[in-house]
Amino acid sequence: MTLHAELRVQRDDFTLELDLAIEPGEVVALLGPNGAGKTTALRALAGLLTGGRVRVGESTWDDLPAEKRPIGVVFQDYLLFAHMSALDNVAFGLRARGTRKAEANVIALEGLRQVGLAEFARAKPRTLSGGQAQRVALARALATSPELLLLDEPLAALDATTRLRVRSELGRHLQNYPGHTLLVTHDPLDAMVLADRIVILEDGRVVQQGTPREVVRQPRTDYVAHLVGLNFYRGVASGTEVRLDGGGTLTIAEPSEGPVHVVFPPSAVSLFPAKPAGSPRNTWQAVVSGIEQHAHTTRVDLAGSPAVLADITTATVAELRLQPGDTLWVSLKATEIHTYAR
Amino acid sequence: MRSRLPVVLVLPAVAGLAFLLVPLAGLLVETPWATLPSQLFSAEVGQALQLSLICASLATIVCLVLGVPLAWLLARSDLPGRGLLRALVTVPLVLPPVVGGVALLLVLGRRGLVGQYLDQWFGVSLPFTTTGVVLAEAFVAMPFLVISVEGALRAADPRYEEAAATLGASRWLTFRRVTLPGIMPGVVAGTVLCWARALGEFGATITFAGNFPGRTTTMPLAVYLALETDPDAAIVLSIVLLLVSVAVLAGLRDKWIRA
Repeated sequence: MTLHAELRVQRDDFTLELDLAIEPGEVVALLGPNGAGKTTALRALAGLLTGGRVRVGESTWDDLPAEKRPIGVVFQDYLLFAHMSALDNVAFGLRARGTRKAEANVIALEGLRQVGLAEFARAKPRTLSGGQAQRVALARALATSPELLLLDEPLAALDATTRLRVRSELGRHLQNYPGHTLLVTHDPLDAMVLADRIVILEDGRVVQQGTPREVVRQPRTDYVAHLVGLNFYRGVASGTEVRLDGGGTLTIAEPSEGPVHVVFPPSAVSLFPAKPAGSPRNTWQAVVSGIEQHAHTTRVDLAGSPAVLADITTATVAELRLQPGDTLWVSLKATEIHTYAR
Repeated sequence: MRSRLPVVLVLPAVAGLAFLLVPLAGLLVETPWATLPSQLFSAEVGQALQLSLICASLATIVCLVLGVPLAWLLARSDLPGRGLLRALVTVPLVLPPVVGGVALLLVLGRRGLVGQYLDQWFGVSLPFTTTGVVLAEAFVAMPFLVISVEGALRAADPRYEEAAATLGASRWLTFRRVTLPGIMPGVVAGTVLCWARALGEFGATITFAGNFPGRTTTMPLAVYLALETDPDAAIVLSIVLLLVSVAVLAGLRDKWIRA
């Protein structure tokens, strides 16, 4: 049965207003910048804050405190109980809900086995690696077969290489979990890989939602565009011309009309020391305001009309002898530009 | 290299150090080491020692049973006026113990606010009894425990308690299985301090419980009385109390005596 949540939390000058529907077996990612209200939403769902109205089928959780809600939570730094073994941590929820010790231990051991940690049953949390602790936390949250699984930045405390491995493993466990899952994260990759649907929260409100593919292709705010690494503008289209709200005009290949969003990848942008002759339909002058080295490309930040991000090869950087303050010509093919209605 | 230490600071510092240490050294020098064992096991000393250990331990148990929940209330509840409550709890800490004794007499004495009913209804009279000693010691020592445990609770991450709640644990189960084990070092430190304070308690005890050998004459009282009649016994008793103090310090050194 679908889980419906209406979250209304008012705190000082911050208001969270979030309606969520999560299908059984669905993983919804709540993605947003720091301070957007993601953790507040999770705490309201968990019953740790008031203001979380939740309905699953016939049952409502509105007035239930956290300990009465059928939930499991994986916290950002896991919050494993340091004085208990991994097994006792996983068995804790069952014991608290009245399962007899022997039975709870059997279920907990099975939970640990499923995350591949059966041989660490007697280990204390501080002897576990970050990835192992995360898996114990997942087993602990799932041990009571909750209806709603809440994950608060479950990968944020891990180093980059561990994160890759744990992320795919977590994805496997989430696929097998039949309940409703809400994943809170500020890492777009977590959301893209793990979630069926992404809800983007800014300033306590939903600004966009959709499948990962939709979000990547058609960002609707600067924040989302930045996350997925696209140049992003708002403008008004008239045929193959788009007049951008922030200044500048772009020529597009597919004709369009009215208010549109305009995106193109930084890799579609070329830079030249002098005005290029020939095919590209869009050329304009811009000033280098920042240069940042990425793994295999260099990202150049250019101020102009419009301002633009360009990814160029290191060879090009050397050729152009790029310095902040240089004036260059930006060139962009019309066919690289994607527009969609606002 | 730093310049020389300023004399204005060094001289008083050395004098202060001597002021604190010389009396203790004097105690050790004056101790009748030869007769110490026989003194220690003499009837009066043994009796006072036994009474002191029993009363201080009982007082500590009273403090634990009442003080740990009180500390929890101060640290975790959203009670209105919590700050004022915390301040009031610490009053016995700075109050001259003899005033505490007088206050206890006024409330629990045979004609006291509460004491008269205890006497009328139950025939219970607390002043000048061993129970009175325990009460006087607990009154003076409990703030040490409460403050120590409350500090540990405030330093403990409350999110662990939230994690326990999301796992279905009631607040009581959470307290027993998650909170208390987490603050154990603070509880132990508080208990030791509380016990040491109870053991050394003099003013409130002699005021509220009087001085009846075998019933209310604890070590500190015995030291004071013996000084008149049998100075050697007084020294022996003092040495025992000094050793207990040093043992307490040694036990807590990880917490406070780290340089």
